[in-house]
Parts: sequence; C-alpha cells; structure tokens
Amino acid sequence: MRFIYPDYEISRNLSRCIVCRACERQCSNDAHGYDEDTEKMFAIDENCVNCHRCVSICPTRALKIVKTDNTFRENNNWKVDIIKDIYRQAESGGVLLSSMGNSKDYPIYFDKLLINASQVTNPSIDPLREPMETRVFLGKKPQAIERGPDGSLLDNAPPQLELDVPVMFSAMSYGSISYTAHECLARASQKLGIYYNTGEGGLHEDFYQYGANTIVQVASGRFGVHTNYLNAGAAVEIKMGQGAKPGIGGHLPGAKTVGDISRTRMIPIGSDAISPAPHHDIYSIEDLRQLVYSLKEATDYKKPVIVKIAAVHNVAAIASGIARSGADIVAIDGFRGGTGAAPSRILNNVGIPIELALASVDQRLRDEGIRNEVSVVVGGSVRSSSDIVKAIALGADAVYIATSALIAIGCHLCRSCHQGRCNWGIATQRPDLVRRLNPEIGFQRLVNLITAWKHEIKEMLGGMGINSIEALRGNRLMLRGIGLNENELRILGVKHAGE
Amino acid sequence: MKRIYVNEKWCLACHLCEYYCAYANSGQKDMVKALQGVRINPRIQIEEDGGVSFAVSCRHCDEPLCLKGCITGALSLDDGVIKVDEKKCVGCYTCILSCPYGAIMPSASGSAVQKCELCLENSAGEPACVKGCPNRAIVYEERV
Amino acid sequence: MNHIIIGNSAAAIGCVEGIRSIERDSDITIISNENFHTYSRPLISYLLEGKTDEKRMLFRGENFYAENNVKTYIGRSALAIDHVAKTVTLDGGDKLSYDRLLVATGSSAFVPPIDGLSNVKHKFTFITLSDALALAKTVGAGSRALIIGGGLIGLKCAEGLHAMGCDITIADMAKNVLPSVLTPEAAALVEKRVLQNGVKLILSNTVTRFDSNAAYLSGGDRVEFDALVVAVGVRPNISLILDAGGATGRGIIINEKCETSLLDVYAAGDCTESVDISSGATKIMALLPNAYMQGECAGINMAGGEKTFDNAIPMNSMGVFGLHMMTAGVYEGDAFALNAKNGYKRLFYKDNLLKGYIMIGDVARAGIYTSLIRERTPLDTIDFDLVKDKPQLMAFSRMERQKKLGGTTA
Repeated sequence: MRFIYPDYEISRNLSRCIVCRACERQCSNDAHGYDEDTEKMFAIDENCVNCHRCVSICPTRALKIVKTDNTFRENNNWKVDIIKDIYRQAESGGVLLSSMGNSKDYPIYFDKLLINASQVTNPSIDPLREPMETRVFLGKKPQAIERGPDGSLLDNAPPQLELDVPVMFSAMSYGSISYTAHECLARASQKLGIYYNTGEGGLHEDFYQYGANTIVQVASGRFGVHTNYLNAGAAVEIKMGQGAKPGIGGHLPGAKTVGDISRTRMIPIGSDAISPAPHHDIYSIEDLRQLVYSLKEATDYKKPVIVKIAAVHNVAAIASGIARSGADIVAIDGFRGGTGAAPSRILNNVGIPIELALASVDQRLRDEGIRNEVSVVVGGSVRSSSDIVKAIALGADAVYIATSALIAIGCHLCRSCHQGRCNWGIATQRPDLVRRLNPEIGFQRLVNLITAWKHEIKEMLGGMGINSIEALRGNRLMLRGIGLNENELRILGVKHAGE
Repeated sequence: MKRIYVNEKWCLACHLCEYYCAYANSGQKDMVKALQGVRINPRIQIEEDGGVSFAVSCRHCDEPLCLKGCITGALSLDDGVIKVDEKKCVGCYTCILSCPYGAIMPSASGSAVQKCELCLENSAGEPACVKGCPNRAIVYEERV
Repeated sequence: MNHIIIGNSAAAIGCVEGIRSIERDSDITIISNENFHTYSRPLISYLLEGKTDEKRMLFRGENFYAENNVKTYIGRSALAIDHVAKTVTLDGGDKLSYDRLLVATGSSAFVPPIDGLSNVKHKFTFITLSDALALAKTVGAGSRALIIGGGLIGLKCAEGLHAMGCDITIADMAKNVLPSVLTPEAAALVEKRVLQNGVKLILSNTVTRFDSNAAYLSGGDRVEFDALVVAVGVRPNISLILDAGGATGRGIIINEKCETSLLDVYAAGDCTESVDISSGATKIMALLPNAYMQGECAGINMAGGEKTFDNAIPMNSMGVFGLHMMTAGVYEGDAFALNAKNGYKRLFYKDNLLKGYIMIGDVARAGIYTSLIRERTPLDTIDFDLVKDKPQLMAFSRMERQKKLGGTTA
C-alpha cells in the first residue's frame, strides 16, 4: 500500500508529442518511458521531482508538470506537507532531508521594503548620460590618512577585494556542485570583475587560473586546505556557519567522493566527508582570532580574511566579536540560504531572516564605532537587483548570491540536490549529467544576469539621485517599510511608508 | 567557410538534432504536423555507446569523395557546400560507398540519396541541428 | 598551355575540372567519338528503366563546355598520336597540336566469336548511350531478351529491360552471377532476388551456337529471343598508346601522376591499369569514381600542379531489383561473417588491415569501411569489434574523432 500520492503529475499533450523520447533520455529519475508495443510515451509520476528538464527540452511543448489535485480533507492545522512528512518518517524512521533553502511561508522583508526616488529637489541622475559608480572595495578601512616625509599619500589600506558590482557568488563546494558549475562561476567572476567562493571542498587544480577572482574557504572539515590553496585565492573565508543549516555540519556521502573530488578534498576515494558542526579549535572569539591570524600569516597578510556565520538570534553580538577578531570582512548568511543537503527541520526552522540580521549587525557595529573595521557581506536569498539595493541601504557592503546564480544556469529549484541526480548538471557528479551544463553557455548566462542587474542597480541609484553605490550603504532613509509592525521597523531602522 | 563542428564532450545524446533536422527538411511549418507518427530519416545521426555520444553529418570535405565518385553529376559543390540534386540522382548509392563519415543516406523514397546541405536549401536558413542543440555540442562557425 | 583530351566521360570531365582548378585560361580541347554531350554511362540501364532521361543523365550541365572554356570535337575519332611532334590526328586527316594530352578512351564491349552470331539480327552490346537507344528502339513489353553475361552490366541491363516489360533470360558460364565481385554465397542472395522478379537464370552454361533468333547452350537448353545482349566483359581501348609506342599491359600503364610512358601524355579511366592498394596487384579498375579521380589527378598535373592518385581500390555499389549491395577491396585473409535478417556482411582482414568487404541489404554507412581500406587504417588503432557490428565513427579514438568531426587539425 502506498500512503503518499505523488505531489506532481506529468501532463503530456498527446496531440503534440512526436515521440522523440528526449524526455525519456533526459530524465535521470526515470519518470518517462517508451512503450515499444504502443509506440507511445508513458510517465511515472512518483519518480518526477518537478525539475522541468523534460518540459524545457521537449521540442513541441507537449509537456507540463501540474500539481496533483488529489486532496486530503482540508485542515489548516494538519497541512498536506505535514501529513506526508509523517507518512515518510513512519515508513523510513529517518531524518527528513531536503535541499536549497527554507521554503516555508515566513515573512520576506525585502518584499516589505520600498525604495525612494528623487523628485524636484536633489534631482535624479540618468545613468546613461552620467557616470555611475558600482565599484566597491571590501576589507578593513584605514583609520586615518597617512603621508610620507615628502607629503605624498601613503597606501596604508589593508588588503581589499575590489568588486565591479557589489555581488559575489557564495560558497558552493566542488562536490556539492559539479565541475562544470564551478567553471561557470569561475569564468563569470573573471569576466565580471567579481569573486566566487570555493566552498569547503578545496580548489580543483584546473581552476587555479581563476585565483584572482576566487575566495578560498576554510571550514570545519578543513578539506583540501594547504598553503598553495590559501595563496591561490584573492581572499580566505572561514566558514563558521551556513544559513541553511546553522549549528550543524555537513556530510558529503562517500559515494560522491570520487576521482577529482577525492583528490581535491585530499581524502580517500569513497570516504565520507564529514564537516563537524563546530570548528574543534574554536570555542571563543579569541580562538577565532588565532585562526584568522594563522591564515593571515600563511598568506603573508596580503589577503583579506572573511568570517562567515549564519544569521542567528544574537548575530549582532557575534558580528561585533568577529570585527574585533582581526577579520577583514564578516559574511552573514540568512535563513533562506541554500544548501545541497540539509535536514528539513533545520532548513525550515533554524535561523533568522537576513534583512533583520543585517540591520542589527550594521547598527551594532556603528554603535560600537567599529563599522570600518570590517566590511559586511550578506547572503541568504538575494533574488534580484532590488534586493541588492535594499541590502546595501540596510548597511551591507556587498551581497553573496548562490541560488540566483544556480537558477541562472538552469536550476529549477526542485530541491532534490541531495539525491545527486540533478538533471541540469549542477548538483551532481554523474559524468553524463555533469556534461549537460556546458560552461560556455552557463558562464554567459551568469554574465548576462549580473550585467542586467548592474544596469538595474544604476537605474535605481540614479532614481535616488545617488551616483555611487558607496553613498547608498547604510542610507536607510532611502527605504520605507510597508505592512511592518513597530518592532520590525525599529530593528530594520526604517520608517513606515508615508512617514 | 562556416562549417558544422561537433564537440562530443557536450553531446547529451538527446537526439534532438535528428528531429530538428527532419523537421527542417520536411517542408512543414509545424514540427508536430511534420513529425507526428513519422519515423524520421534525418541527415544528421547520433552515434552513442558507453556514455559517449556525438552527432555525425556531412563534413563538406575539401576533397569530396562522394562528389568525385558520383556517377550522375547529381552531387555538386556550390560555394563550399556539397548539394544533391534529387532529380538527377538515381539512387546508385556510390556516394554512400565512398563517404568516409557515413554521412550520406538514402532519402525516404529510396530512389535518391540525401545529405546535410547546412539547411541552405530549406526554410530553416541556418543549420537547424545547431540551433536546436540544447548544449552547444554542435556549432556552426568559421575556423581557419 | 594547350591541352587535348581524347574522351568525354568521367575521366575526361575530371581532367577538365582538374585543369581548371589550376589554370583558368589555358586551351582545352575534347575529342569524342560519341555524338553526345558528356553523359553518364552507368545510367543507361536507368534510362531503360525510366528513372532518368537523356537530359537528366548528362554528367555535367549543358553549359559545361562553355563555362569551362572547352573546345569540342564531338562525333570525331582520334586516329593516331604523334608524341614526338605532339599532334593528334583526327578522322578526316585534321592534325591538332597539344602541349599535354590525356587519353581517356575508356573501354569497349568484348564480343566473343560464337558460331552463328553474325546471323543474329537484333544483337546489342550495353556500354554506350547509343547501345541503349538502339536496344530501346528494338524491344518493348513482351519482347524476349537473352543476355549473355551475369555481371554488373548484364544484371543492370536486365533490370532496365524488366522495367520495359521484357521477358528476360540471363546466361553465364560462371556458377553464379556477379562472379567478379561476389562470393557464391552472396551471389545466391542476388540470384534469389533476380529470380523473384521473373528473370530466368541459366548459369554454368556457355552459348555454343546461334540460330537467327535462338541460342543453343552447352547444357542443352535452347533459348529463343527477340533481342540478344552480349555483356560478357569489356576491353580497354589502348590502341592509340600502343600504336604510338607507349607502354601497355592489358590497359595503358600509368604512374601515380597518371603519366604514361610517353612524355606529356597522360591516361586515365577504364583504358588504364593501376595498382589496387587493397591487394597490391596491378589491375584494370573500370569504375567511375576511379576514372574521375584519375582524370582529375592527370588534369592537375597537366596544368602544372602537383597531385598523386595512389589509393585506388576496386569498389562497387549496385542495386538490382531494389536489393542494394556494396563491395570493395579484395576478399583475402580472415573473414568476419554476419547474416542478419536485413543483410549479409563479410569483412575480410589481414595483416592488421581491412582488405575488403561485401554488404548486401543493409548498406548504411558502408563508406566508413571503404575508408578503412583506402586509408589503410591499422585495425589495432580502432575498436574493430565495434566496426564489425556496424560501420561507425565510435570505433575511432576520441582524438581521431575530434579531428574528423571537431575540426581540430592537431
């Protein structure tokens, strides 16, 4: 007996199907089949993860995926998903796994913030006619101007990351995503003058050539970390936490530790790659400071060090500690951030929204007079250029994007990464699937996306009468809340629309 | 001279090139009308085995053995493109015997051969296989 | 440069195109003893069949001579070559001077001396358009035709006459049809198809004598006919070179550049003999593709270019009553056999090389096999098991495929 009816059904328009079998050949979940006798296609709905690979590739638009109308008795408390989760766990006895970000119906503060525009006074600027600066520098800023004996300016700036647009691709390990996906990110970063992040899986030797646009990560498992690796990138990031699964570590199953993955991670083929929940050498800000300085020592103080944390309840105090640890940049990952695999309960119930975390961190650092000690980078579901503008107005120096980037190269958010059969060649190591993502195409799509966003950012800046992204940072007067309560407005540091 | 090149690294064995080819050469304006219920006879063919796949179509050789061996003069070279005049062709298949790539095949009628003409002779105007390839495993470009 | 070409078929046309690939403005003169624009000889059976017509069977377009600036002596015969004075003498006594000469005189039907043959009123050979037109004028639906010879020409003639509604008998002294290109086993498939179409076969028989309209065969049969076609073989037309003192064997002897032993005299096509690289033997390979490529090679060299044609192999593609067959090379060495529902296949290989093959029925992509023979591809550099299964590029290495399909030259 089967308790669970498939969530989605494959709808095939037989008046359009030409039986080319592309759907069948492209589905790694075996949701499509071909019947030799009837010479017709058939579908197995329970195998479908709703990734739209077949829908996209069908040359005659004969396919669509529809939500099943098979219903339970309506119940606002016992919703369908809750009932199905219970069936699943009653069958398996296991922890529920999911991937990508928190998909539950929590408030999305970016959607409750509105951007200002100039009228009459402080006129707006046309970015097509006048220069508009989107470049930002990330890192600790000097406290004062210093001059040499001859009066010339001394370059006393600590190491910085220079970004043409205030966007970076956030950490996704080689292992969680494919070689080809990494190539897309690396090449796009180089082209765009931004950075991508290796995640905790080390850096494939083929990608050292993109080092000037690479942030290398050091996480609790320390996979693939060695001196050359640390020096290969433009910055080093210490991963303390991840928005999708704050407080827990990671687990790459041994089956995925194959070939290059094993070599890059420096662990034996077939061994589980377990990232512990904490760094076992960090139990205090002082311990963190030791790691920060160890890494600076290893990289000759030439590279900024980033400390990444998940947005959790007392994020502001933690960020303050990080700013005092010697880190150059603090990265905060909100509760909607993605992952290749995480327990569903953690994914959907732990952490706080990035907008609130950002506003409180920025305010706390200002209050303590240490805002210039660190740059603030935020991630965890930055979905558009307007989200970026809002994040910067709330106090961010730049944003991290990952899910948006993956969507640009084909991800359809089926949230099945953890199954390792990504039909789009992104979250998989199966060679036949990995090659579905031609970096020549993927890289260009990423460049297109960020270029488009850059245009939009300039339009919005111009509208506000601002000609430099730096001048927007922390400028919360450019934002108004809508439909927010007093507490939310206070934390965000914005007035309500109309005020 | 623009040519079709194949990079097997990116071929997905989806076989869509074959279907786009068949459609482009069907003379129909609608793919469904052109191909539904039809066993296609495309001018480009996928070879696949053990996880490797690639498309094969006419290379438009500089030293075209098909054309030199053609007994009727039905094959001709037109601005770097080897074309077949189906009215002249009698279906002797000497070109099939000669082509080192196996890129010429009998037309549906069997009384003549067909081959890739880079979609210059049909309404597609540019190679439909290239346009339809979802992963740029087939490209149409100028190379020295 | 002043070029003369004796002949007007595939080798001659190849020569014109070869010359014109090097020289735009040199003089080219074609001398042809047939009264036609260049046409495709192998198409004469298709003409009888109605699959082509005199217009469509032109080997090149009607404007070919004008477009290529070729002067023609159509319907004129070359009688002699003076290779010292560099002249060609035509019927009627005209002498034409040349700087370079191509002899592409082809071959003629061999008609053996048989008792009573001279008394047969409607007898034909089947090589030229004139032959075909004469035959077509004589026979019609219900005519009884006797074809002596079950080779390529005889079978194609039978197919043409069959379409015209003739009642056909083929007699051959060999044990099977197509003895020069098929094994008896393979020939049996063809014979079956021929018989299914109502054509009578009398094999292992010679004609001992003719009455005016009947043939007496060695096995005792008497076959009455309304038309007799003699298709027992062809002989290269070598007399011009032989008379001029040039080297000849059964055919005119040429080197890789298609030069004869006479200075500035080239020869190409069915009148020549050359090395079959599949067997290493020197032989006459009367095949249109070889003729064209030899002609083209000769033309390029005549115009001062550099070209060798050194990879000739015997090969044939032929359809008889809808049954397609392809053969190439020699049938030596080990054989790989495949008898499928829709085909018969034999691959012959020796010394790490594919030497020859026979395919009947399913002939898809056979050119890949031909190429293995022609290019002398060492079999240990490809996956021969894959190739045995079917002709495919998958059998080559990834790098080799990248060269073939990916446009890399390295």
